[in-house]
Amino acid sequence: MTRKGRRLLLISCALGVLGVAAGVVLFALNDTIVFFRSPSEIAAERTAPGTRLRLGGLVKDGSVVKSDNTHVRFVVTDGGADVAVNYVGLLPDLFREGQGVIAEGVMVPDGSFRADSILAKHDENYMPKEVADALKKQGVWKEGETAQ
Amino acid sequence: MNPEIGHYALVLALAVAILQTALPIWGARTGDAALMRVGPVLALVFAGFVSLSFATLVTAYVQSDFSVLNVVENSHSAKPLLYRITGTWGNHEGSMLLWVLVLAIFGALVALFGGNLPARLKANVLGVQGSVAVAFLLFILLTSNPFIRVVPAPAEGQDLNPILQDIGLAIHPPLLYLGYVGFSITFAFAVAALIEGRLDAAWARWVRPWALTAWAFLTLGIAMGSYWAYYELGWGGWWFWDPVENASLMPWFAGTALIHSAVVMEKRDALKVWTVLLAILAFSLSLLGTFLVRSGVLTSVHVFAADPSRGVFILAILIFFIGGSLALYALRAPTLRQGGIFAPVSREGALVLNNLLLTAAAAAVFVGTLYPLALEAYNGAKITVGPPYFNLTVGVLMLPVAFAMPFGPLLAWKRGDLAGAAQRLMAAFGAALVVAALAAYAQGGGPVLAPFGMGLAAFVIIGAGVEIFERAGFGRVPLATAFARLRGLPRSVFGGALAHAGVGICLLGMIAETSWNAEGVAGVRVGQSLNVGGYELTLDRLEPRSGPNYRDLTGVFSVRRGGVDVGTIESSKRLFTARNMPTTEAGIRTLGLSQLYVSLGDELPGGAVGVRAYWKPLVTLIWLGAVIMALGGALSLTDRRLRVGAPKPAKNKSAKKPENVVPAPAE
Repeated sequence: MTRKGRRLLLISCALGVLGVAAGVVLFALNDTIVFFRSPSEIAAERTAPGTRLRLGGLVKDGSVVKSDNTHVRFVVTDGGADVAVNYVGLLPDLFREGQGVIAEGVMVPDGSFRADSILAKHDENYMPKEVADALKKQGVWKEGETAQ
Repeated sequence: MNPEIGHYALVLALAVAILQTALPIWGARTGDAALMRVGPVLALVFAGFVSLSFATLVTAYVQSDFSVLNVVENSHSAKPLLYRITGTWGNHEGSMLLWVLVLAIFGALVALFGGNLPARLKANVLGVQGSVAVAFLLFILLTSNPFIRVVPAPAEGQDLNPILQDIGLAIHPPLLYLGYVGFSITFAFAVAALIEGRLDAAWARWVRPWALTAWAFLTLGIAMGSYWAYYELGWGGWWFWDPVENASLMPWFAGTALIHSAVVMEKRDALKVWTVLLAILAFSLSLLGTFLVRSGVLTSVHVFAADPSRGVFILAILIFFIGGSLALYALRAPTLRQGGIFAPVSREGALVLNNLLLTAAAAAVFVGTLYPLALEAYNGAKITVGPPYFNLTVGVLMLPVAFAMPFGPLLAWKRGDLAGAAQRLMAAFGAALVVAALAAYAQGGGPVLAPFGMGLAAFVIIGAGVEIFERAGFGRVPLATAFARLRGLPRSVFGGALAHAGVGICLLGMIAETSWNAEGVAGVRVGQSLNVGGYELTLDRLEPRSGPNYRDLTGVFSVRRGGVDVGTIESSKRLFTARNMPTTEAGIRTLGLSQLYVSLGDELPGGAVGVRAYWKPLVTLIWLGAVIMALGGALSLTDRRLRVGAPKPAKNKSAKKPENVVPAPAE
């Protein structure tokens, strides 16, 4: 094979690999991204049951009900609307009423949300950015306030 | 020590760094030997000032000097000494100072051990290194000064985030920074070569040890971070595809590609332009990682504080270095002469494939990590790109890498014999089939792909052994000759094989844990038990305990398998009083290579307590494999040819000899 031919072969192999990589990336992006929604947005657009999403807001005061089989129910609010959440498992260390939370899961037909993971915060002063933005939109929380 | 001394030393260090940027490069341009020689001196003085500054901050932490704002915000007098020391870099300001300290250490190492580098190259390398130091010192002094005083000084500090009060903080950040910042040296070498317009095989030989060092530290740093998150967060996961983890993984992929392409460049004088680009990319991705972590654009465990001015500043640094070096690259790369042609099926070809797939993986991670940021900036939509995306893309790209890994070293340079390599790998392939069959038998009706994965991992591990075996010529030459050859093999061959085996071992752990882990969650009362993975965990008692700065509730579990007592596990829910912050202290029991993992949750109505238990088969292999990879890198570093470094003719000849006398398949 000539030098030119070899280089051509090499370049086409490289392009092939990169093409496959790009294809996989696009396919995966299309298929696996999860949107973030606040309770007000869910109320406004009537999110279809079965849609996988991330729900963020504040844990409504007095809404947390724990049972002895690690099933937890609570309400997520952003001041504008509420969504009831069901979750089975251990709650993160910093899960508290009146604090920010992100739950990932699916909407069920009765309008509640079945979470399969509850996002932990790592610091008691830290408010998830998405939640802070959603609350700001509803006028519940202002810049400079701490999450507590 | 007075904190102002630390502050002042940092300002002096900035002045020295400015000189270090200007003088040696100017000297190299004008051919002034005296100016070039001043570079190493300045690098050492710089390291001295930065060390003094860092020592001052550590002292302030150890002595709990609450007149320093940084100490107030991140320390507490009741904290154990170790955590007072490590707390120095458990915050934004201190962690940036550690970053610069590591940069200074690497600069000093080049100054001390770069004795046989050509004067011009060395001057330019130290100059580029100096410019990175200037940027980051300005960043610290202008936006993140750790020495700011607070008046009046409070009597007590606010304590460190309890998650960080762990031995992991002593190990993970320094190792990771040794990796990140280590790539600044290869970056400096690349830019210096572009400035000079000279790039030869000797350049690759000088760059390789630095790239290997940085890579080995980065590997350890990532593995340590993974294990830390695993045992500290209490969620039982070892990799979350958190943006910050991705930030460390991207330079790792680029660095892995770099250490391989540098081999091609050193041995065959080919892939020069590509190697330089990889050296630039590896450090650029490290800088990007620093930006992602330090700017507050992401919400993650590593974001200590979000301050927009910092983000903009780091972004400016990022644009200057990445943009500048890529522009220089675009300008100079076409003038570099390409050498060494090779057939697609050859050692070079295999390494090109490795490079393509690794950089594609880095790109896939890059897209997944930055896509949400870009989309939010574009139309305000908030999305998450989660584990499914990364598992799919990185998995698809790494599968061929793993499969091709045993073939590469068996192919000859220039033109290889794929069928011959496959023939020599028959034994490894057979063994892999046996492992896969055993896995399929053992798992019964588990995931279909798992046995294939186990087989692939076994193929990688045994394939690494086959390479050594073949090179020594076992089975083809008399045993004594083979052993003599084995002794004569360069250490880098053993290092490479060890690292490849490490990849296989890591893979084994990942696949086993992902496919066969078992999880149980339940509310458990004292005396009740929970079954997971064939083990019976009985909650014997719940007892309150207390430590220097925390109180906790500890659950003591006895573990039985088939009625036989295996031991006990203690797991706690801990409350750190200074911040009123609870943490989960997972109880972990290692059984062989597998682990039982127990987290304690909240107390539930009716006297029960939430318990989550995992059975994680072969999970320790994940980190063990990474350590073996790093050891392989370290073993390669001890190779005589890399240690000698400069191509002194006599030494070089004798060092090269062993490889030439081995009529291994590579020839």
